[in-house]
Parts: sequence; C-alpha cells; structure tokens
Amino acid sequence: MNRMKMSKKHKYLTLSGLEPLIVTPESNFINVGERTNVTGSRKFLRLIKDENYSEALDVARDQVEGGAQIIDVNMDEGMLDGVYAMTKFLNLIASEPDISRLPIMIDSSKWEIIEAGLKVVQGKSVVNSISLKEGEDTFIHQAKLVKRYGAAVIVMAFDEDGQADTLERRIEICKRSYDILVDIVHFPAQDIIFDPNIFPVATGMDEHRLNALDFFKATKWIRENLPYANVSGGVSNVSFSFRGNTVVREAINSAFLYHAIQHGMNMGIVNPTMLEIYDEIPKDLLEHVEDVLFDRRDDATERLLDFAETVKGDKKEDVAKILEWRNDPLQDRITHALVKGIETFIIEDVEEARQQSSKPIEVIEGHLMLGMGVVGDLFGSGKMFLPQVVKSARVMKKAVAYLQPFIEAEKDGRQEYAGRVLMATVKGDVHDIGKNIVSVVLGCNNYEIIDLGVMVPPEKIIETAIRENVDIIGLSGLITPSLDEMVYVSKEMEKKNISIPLLIGGATTSRAHAAVKIAPNYGHTTVHVNDASRAVTVVGSLLQKDNRVYKEQIREEYEKFREQFLKRGKQKNYVTIEEARNRKYKIDWSTSEIVKPNQLGVQIIEDFELTKLEEFIDWSPFFRSWDLHGKYPDILTDEVVGEQATELFADAKGLLKKVFDGKLLKAKAIFGLFPANAINDDDIEIYDDAGKVKVTFLTLRQQLDKREGIPNIALADFIAPKDSGKQDYMGCFCVSTGFGTAELAKKFEDDLDDYNAIMIKALADRLAEAFAEYLHKEVRINHWGYDTDENLSNDELIKESYKGVRPAPGYPACPDHLEKKTIWKLLQVKENIGVEITDSLAMWPAASVSGYYFANKEAKYFGLGKITDDQLKDYAKRRGVSNEVAEKWLSPNLAD
Amino acid sequence: MSDLNQILQNRILILDGAMGTMLQRYNFSEEDFRGERFKDYPSSLKGNNDLLSLTQPQAIADVHRKYFEAGADIVETNTFSGTTIAMADYDLEDLVYELNFESAKIAKQVADEFTKANPDKPRFVAGSIGPTNKTASLSPDVNRPEFRAITFDELRIAYKQQVEALIDGGVDMLLVETIFDTLNAKAALFAIDEVKEERQIDIPIMVSGTITDASGRTLSGQTVEAFLLSISHIPLLSVGFNCALGADQLQPYLQRLSNETEFFTSAHPNAGLPNAFGEYEQTPHQMNAFIEEYLKDGLINIIGGCCGSTPEHIQKIAETAKKYKPRQIGIEA
Repeated sequence: MNRMKMSKKHKYLTLSGLEPLIVTPESNFINVGERTNVTGSRKFLRLIKDENYSEALDVARDQVEGGAQIIDVNMDEGMLDGVYAMTKFLNLIASEPDISRLPIMIDSSKWEIIEAGLKVVQGKSVVNSISLKEGEDTFIHQAKLVKRYGAAVIVMAFDEDGQADTLERRIEICKRSYDILVDIVHFPAQDIIFDPNIFPVATGMDEHRLNALDFFKATKWIRENLPYANVSGGVSNVSFSFRGNTVVREAINSAFLYHAIQHGMNMGIVNPTMLEIYDEIPKDLLEHVEDVLFDRRDDATERLLDFAETVKGDKKEDVAKILEWRNDPLQDRITHALVKGIETFIIEDVEEARQQSSKPIEVIEGHLMLGMGVVGDLFGSGKMFLPQVVKSARVMKKAVAYLQPFIEAEKDGRQEYAGRVLMATVKGDVHDIGKNIVSVVLGCNNYEIIDLGVMVPPEKIIETAIRENVDIIGLSGLITPSLDEMVYVSKEMEKKNISIPLLIGGATTSRAHAAVKIAPNYGHTTVHVNDASRAVTVVGSLLQKDNRVYKEQIREEYEKFREQFLKRGKQKNYVTIEEARNRKYKIDWSTSEIVKPNQLGVQIIEDFELTKLEEFIDWSPFFRSWDLHGKYPDILTDEVVGEQATELFADAKGLLKKVFDGKLLKAKAIFGLFPANAINDDDIEIYDDAGKVKVTFLTLRQQLDKREGIPNIALADFIAPKDSGKQDYMGCFCVSTGFGTAELAKKFEDDLDDYNAIMIKALADRLAEAFAEYLHKEVRINHWGYDTDENLSNDELIKESYKGVRPAPGYPACPDHLEKKTIWKLLQVKENIGVEITDSLAMWPAASVSGYYFANKEAKYFGLGKITDDQLKDYAKRRGVSNEVAEKWLSPNLAD
Repeated sequence: MSDLNQILQNRILILDGAMGTMLQRYNFSEEDFRGERFKDYPSSLKGNNDLLSLTQPQAIADVHRKYFEAGADIVETNTFSGTTIAMADYDLEDLVYELNFESAKIAKQVADEFTKANPDKPRFVAGSIGPTNKTASLSPDVNRPEFRAITFDELRIAYKQQVEALIDGGVDMLLVETIFDTLNAKAALFAIDEVKEERQIDIPIMVSGTITDASGRTLSGQTVEAFLLSISHIPLLSVGFNCALGADQLQPYLQRLSNETEFFTSAHPNAGLPNAFGEYEQTPHQMNAFIEEYLKDGLINIIGGCCGSTPEHIQKIAETAKKYKPRQIGIEA
C-alpha cells in the first residue's frame, strides 16, 4: 500500500546519523571519508590494534572537519577481532555527537562484521558491500537483512564469474543485481548504490584501454536504465599507473572525477589532497589525459607517457634514462646505488672512491655512510620500505667486503661503529626472520651486529654481552613459550647486575607483555620494538651521549602503560570449568554424520613434488613478514606500498622458481587417521586397531561468560563422546618444507646477500603452510574422504570455507604446545620424517606445520581466550604435571 | 487494513488518552495489584500497571470503554512495559506472553462491543510497544562510552515475543511508541518484520518518537528528519510523536515531520508539562485549543493524548477533529 504513496521526494537516497543526508540531483558529489579504514590506513590499523580508540576517534573527527559527508569504517584485518572492533568503535562514535551526526558506511568483506555494525547504529547507514560473488541465495539473504536493519547498500559489480571489467559485464551484473533487489527483495531502488569498478588507465595493456570509458558508459547506463539507483567508486585507483608523478596523477583523478560525475556518479571515495581543480589542469595535459580516458587515439597512452616525462617528477624511465645516473658525480652514484639497491657498479665506484681517499676506511665512513644516511632518512620518513632497505644493505655489505682486505692491510684500520648490538632468538625458538631483518637494518645504520642466531641459551647471551661489551641486547621469538623465556633472561640479567638496555621483539611479543612482564624484573631499560624502522630510532636514542632523559621517558611511559593495562576497563567474567562443560558445543550425535576414513593408520610422504604447492600459497602473510601490510593480490596495486610489493613479489617468484628448478628444498609429511572418542568432556582418546588407547589428547575449554545460548567450546566437543556409543575418528599431521632452508640461507649470507637469506626463510614458511593446506585437502577428499565433492579455489581455502578443521597446537583454538609431544609420540614424527621439537616445543626445521584433523561438519576454528585457575588445576591433574609446570605452559592464556 | 487506509483518507482518527492517569484514579493497593493469583508473590508488585490486565481486568476494560465513549477510534493495549526487559524489574519475565495476549483480548473485546453497536464507526486496537527501560545506543556509564546495557539482539528477541503475543491476542495494529532511542525502535521494527514474514501476514505499524526537550531531538540525539529516515525502511501506517512535551511545544516538530513524510502522521502529546508535583494540569479546553492549531494547519491524521490526558480531554479533541479535514498525502502514480 505504501509504495503507491511514495512521492518523488522519497526516491532519493536518504541516509542519517544524528542528522539527515539526502542525496538529490542538486546535491554536490557526496564525499566518503576513508581514513577510518584499517586496510587503507596503517595509522588507523595501529591505533585499533593498540586499543587506542581515543586517537582512532580523532581520525574520524578529522574527517568530519575535513568535509566528509559519510564516514567509512573498515576493520578487516586478519589479526583483529573485526566484530569486536567494529562494535566498539561504532559504539564510541555514537557517544561523539560531532562525529555521529554523519551517516556511517559499514565496510567489510565479512558479513558477520557488517551485521555487527548494523546492530549498533541508530541512523540509516550504508553497507559496503554485497555482491553476487557467492551466488544469488547469499545475495538475497544479505540484501533482505540489510533492508530489515534499515540501511542502504553498495553493490559491487561482481558475480560468480568474477569482477566486471568490460562495459557489457558491468551492465549485465548491475542489471541482474538490480532486478533481484527490486523485484525479489523489494529493496528500495533509491537505496541501491552501484560500484561499477574503477580500474587504472594507461597501464600499457591493450585490454585496459577502455577502463575509464567503460566506467563512464556503465555509470550512464545505470543512471538511465536502473531507475533511482546511485553510482559510487574509489577514484584514486584510476591514476595508479602514475604513482610518483603527482602532477599527472592529480590531473587524471580530477578529469576522471569530472567526467564520472557528468556521467552520473554521485558519491565516492576521493582523497581531497589527490585532486587538481579541473579548470586548472593545463590544457595540453588535460587533452592528453582525456585522450586516454576516452580512448580517443591508438597512441593515447604512449603520448601521455611521453608528455608525463615533460611534467615534473617523472617515473617512467627508458633505458637511456636508467643509466643516466652513471654520469653523476661519484658520491651521487654511490648514494643512488644504495638507495636503489643496485649492485652492478658498486665495486667499480667503491674502487674509484678508495683511490681518491687517503685511507680505505674513509670510503666506509664517508661515501658509504653518507649514502646509507639517505637510506635511513627515507626509510624513517616512510618513503622507502623494508625490502628496499634490505636490498640497500646487500649493496653496502658487498662494498664493505670489497674494502675489507685493504683496510686490514693498513695497520690502524678498524671501522668505527656507532654501537654494538647483540641479537638473539631465545632458547627453544627457531624463528629468526624478524630478528634478521632488524639486524640488517641496524647494520645499515652503522651498528655492529653480533648475531648469536637461534635457540640461544641465556648464559650465552649474558656471557657474550659482557665479553663483547655490547651496547644493546635484542631478544626475539615467535612462539608463545618464548615470552616466558624472555622474562627469564631479563631476570638473569638483573641477577648479574647487567645494565645494558634490552630490546624485545617478535610476532607474539607486545608492548603490554614487555611493560607488564619484563620491565618490572629488570632495573634498566626495556623497550618493545616491533618494526625495523622503529628499531633504528630506539637504538639511536639509547646510544646518544646523554641518554638519561630518554631512558627515564621510556621507564615512565612503561610504568604508566603498565598501570593502565592492569586496571584497564575490559573486565571479563568467567564461568567455572564445570559450568563451561555444561555449556559445551552440543552436536547431536544420534544424527551427526560420521565418516570412517578410507585409510586408517599412519602414512608418510617423502620428497613431495614442491611445484604442486605453488597454487596453495597464501601470499598475504609473506608481505607482512616484510612489513608490507595489505591483502594479496590487492597489495600489488596498493596506493602506498604497491610498487614495492610488486617488486618483492617478482623477486620472490624468481627465487621460488630457482627452488623448484633446482629442487633446493625437500618437502616431507606424515599424517595419521585413527578411531577416537571424547571422554570426560575435554579429552580425546585415540585407539589402535584393537581398540586399545594409544594416546590421549587434552583439549582446553573456553571459560569466558558468554551470552545465553553461546557455547563454551573445546576441540573435544567435535568428537563423539565414548558414551554416545558411536565410533568417531580423528587425525593429526606434521608437514615440513624446511629441509635445506638453513643451508641455503647460510649460502646467501656467506654471499653477503641478506635479502635472499631472509627471502628463502619467508618462502619456506609459506610453502609449509601451503603444504598443510594441500595435505588437508587430500585428506578431506581422498584419505579420509568425507568431503569427496569439494571443489574450492585457493581463495576459498585461505578463507577456510572447507568442511572440518585442522587446528595447530600453539594457536588460538589449542594454545597448549605440549600437545605436540603427543602428536610426535603418536606419529613418531622425528623417527619418520626428521622434524624435531625443541625444549620450548618449536619445530625444527622452522618451516613446519603440525596439527590435528577434525572432520565433523560442525567443527570450527575458535579462540580459547583466557581460562581460570580451576581449569588450570584440572588440566595439571589430567596432564600429570604440577600446577607450576602447567602454569608455565599455559601462562599466556591464564586470566589475570 | 485497507479499511483503515480508506478511513484515514477521509477523516482524522482519534487515539485514546493516558492509561496510567486513569488507573491512578482507582488508587489500587498492593493487594489489588497482586489479586488472588499473586498474593504470595515474594516482592512488591504495586506500580506494575501492565499486571492489572491479569489482576484487575475489569478496570482495564472500563478505561478502554471510557475512551471509546469519549469518541476514540483506536485504544492502546495496556502493554507499555510488556517485554522481558521491562518486566525484569518485577522478576515477571515469564509472564510476558500472557500479559500481552490478555491485554490485547480485553481491548479487542471492548472494541468489538462498540463496533457492533455502531458499525459506521469501527473501533480498533493498537498493541502498545514501549521503549523498555534500557537504551541500545547510549551508555548508562559516562566513564565507559562503549558500554551498552542492552544489545540489539536482546531487544529484538524481547520485542518479538511481545509482538507475537499481541497479534495472537487480536490487535489490529502495532504501535511502537515513546521512542527515545531509535536503535531500540529499529530492533522492534526488525522483530515485527520477522514475524510478518514468518507468519505471512501484514499488519499496520504505527511509529511514534519522543522529542525530549527544546533541542528538538530525541534522547539519543537525532533530529526529526534523521529519526524519520532511520525508521522509514519498513512500510508504516503512520509516524508521529508522543510524550515528553505538551501539544504546543510539539507543534514545530510535527510541522517538520509532516513536510517530510509520505506516511500518515500521528501525535499524542502530554496534557502540558508536569508541575512541581508531577501532575499534569492542562485542562481539556486548553489542550484542545493547542491541538486545534495542528488541525487547522492540516498536520495530522491520527490524534490522541499521552500522560495526563483523560476521556474528558479526548472527548473535546474528538469533537474538534470532526470539523477538520485530515492531512493530505501526495499520491503519485
């Protein structure tokens, strides 16, 4: 009935925060603020990760003041609890009337995060986005809910076959989406906003020639043929090929925006600082730009490229141009080689410098340090990225190595360092990628590095520190037991009256851990450093002549942080372990399908063909290990780090090919599938053929007091209990691609090539994960065979869309590393494939993955969270260890 | 439903006045509130007006009857606090379905009596859905702005239960009223939409917000227009304002609402602002005079009273409303 009553007025897109936003034909282009987006802003990501919500709110407020009319909020980052972060941030925004007056754009690729956002905004927001990517059923379901929650929606031109990249596909997908929304879902047409995909122009590829024109045409078509629908897009992507040439970029952005608006685009994400005023674009430049945008000439791209050369800040070098720097003065050449990481001419340039200098040492202290100073400044100011710096270091090392014999020939030649830093991965841990990166970067900054390698016992750290009279001690580690080991080292240092500043770093370390658990033990300075660029500043400040003030600052800062941390508001309630068991995840075992594995028992794969793993690689963590943040493949075209990521990726692919061709790494795996039943709620018995218990896996149960109806899960819930009378099954595995890694890395290091030494380790890690993924798939489809008709892409594998799970001891669902011992015993891992476990239960070779297999279709990943004392004691009893031992292993998971 | 639409095109409909004000006249004691059924209940029940539908059903029916006699077309069920969330104050969560079901039945029975007696003036029952005593978009703790005492899902589940009981009890429409936090109302609308889909039914929905003070905003901070945009995603019979303000203070906001919406409009203001003793002093004559201003300007389709209004007020207003045409809604092809 009400549809009839709708007047024309209500056919405009309307949104609201505390105040209304009505998008009429008279409205100017609606600008969406995008800085509160963890995928687009590293600063915002850091603030959210650090739970620094008050500064995060400032970011939102700045955008409001900067003229944004809608605030886009995105919390899509692997390490974040997106639902928690979205809910908390939007709740906080709701308490800030100057921000919440604007409508919110709830931006996520995960539906659960979108829904969490929809549940906390009182105004009419925009969902960004939904699409036909996963088919019509999902699309309809989500659209219905968006409507019921009272939001408008952005629809991406994306369907089951992928993203629309031609005019025809854009029209086809938008039309289909529109018809479904309007006819089936009865979604108000004016609340639909299409994003028909803005892609870069002038890429030099023929298939990209129509990228802008097709967008314009699609926009016009939508506005003419899909009544009341709106069009939006992210503008700066269009000029992506001209990164570095600001003049041309801004001209392309503003010309594109101008014409897109003419064609009907009425809202979008535009960085106002990346925009020239259309009328002020020089006529000749504009003509070249518009030739490209409208594909007016066959040679439009070449002509714009040529023209761009004449406009400042040119990046498109031809071959002659590339070598032009060779005509520069000597110092400029050396600096250039260091900044660009070019090794080709460094020996001849260094030789020239040596001949000009009175002493060879002066080349290092003069020419090379001057060049590295430039590298340091660029890195410090965010203009260079980590992989570039590591390449610079490679050039530096080569140069120094060349000079070394000359220096030694001169009696008084000894290089003057800015300081001496001891670096070590602590006892029990074998992970050293991060430590090596920090070493290299510090090395570049003229610090002498004493690298003790991995699994370094505390005595050796302390003894070396005293003997070598080091200025700084850096401790690194990746697995959680290493946190305790670092605490131990700090206590030992205190006992020995050492006063050397202590740097703490590594993936599981945190400022909170350093401030709360380490700093109080050690009477001298403790600093947590988690990225390489900060390491340089911190070490620099610590080694200043008068560092008293800095040290005091650090202490004060940590004390303040510790106080705040200890009294922080996020008070959580826990239930007793008995109650948690009552609230277990309940599977109806009378109906739940249990598939008996095709092949029971243990199987070994020796010398697996590595090339099969390439397609299973999840690349995003690889970039993360190089401090480049973003999701693959988007990261390759990222505004900030895209260029670096592309280069790094090419290098990685190159090395990977060498590994494949030369069979430089060996991959081995072992896995077993066994009859199993859960007993006493939380334990899982594994049986042999005769039904005798071989081993018992102990699982831990969530104890956080949750809302009614939400279970407190333990992995044992996914296995049929013995008293159900059903025979269930379980598996476990270990894969490794690390055999050969250490030798290769050593070879690169001997060759002064830290870049590839780090690279090979990072790649081996990725291959191990890929192997685990591959093997899990094989198990699902063949060996166990419970999911015979699965057909998932790599993307879907990464998103873990498959049935069943493979949780790994030491990770959130089962943080207890001791379980690895049980796996090793059950599968005889060491004897069979040679992967060992250290005192701290790290696997060696490092590029290894082990875990369990659960096949039940209700099995899922979860985080254990914190547990309380009653479960700890119960666990100690089950494990047959003292409470103290149990506490040591589970300490990261104990509630305060 | 189409009846109601047709009638609304032709005349202004009269909504009843305050239930609470009328019940105060009975001076019910603790024993009266408890009745036979709850005489041994461990805690005090006095003040739980919704409970009177079970313990003093005759009084509730009488109040409805008085409003119909005064000329009301629509009465509201005695269910303003009929959710598990509001009833938690009395530990009576388990009673929620019965309270709503019985309240709806009482009102519907009286309405049917009147319709039967005068079929030319059909009478309707609106299921009253109050805001609960918690807010989903405001923190009760200034030191923890991210904290919420209630979540959308908790509200949605509670509202769904109330809505199902009201519909089972026979209400003709649902009235989501006294909305001071729009997110609470969105949860109620979400629940109603779910019930509509699950049961494959259509039922008219009235929405009525509350402008708390002269700032012209809801308690949760929205302007009239933002409020309207935030609740218009579900097809509504009417949208309007009630409570907190007297008829004169409400007028400018009704004017803005009327300009912006294509739904029918409603208003049920208080009988003025309360005096120092919390009593409403505006006489039927005074209140009527202010309301006549709305009617002259053609702002309103449904008019009634909230706190402090009585059958005498409603009678006066009903007489005046007869003289005016309802607000016209632009109909476009």
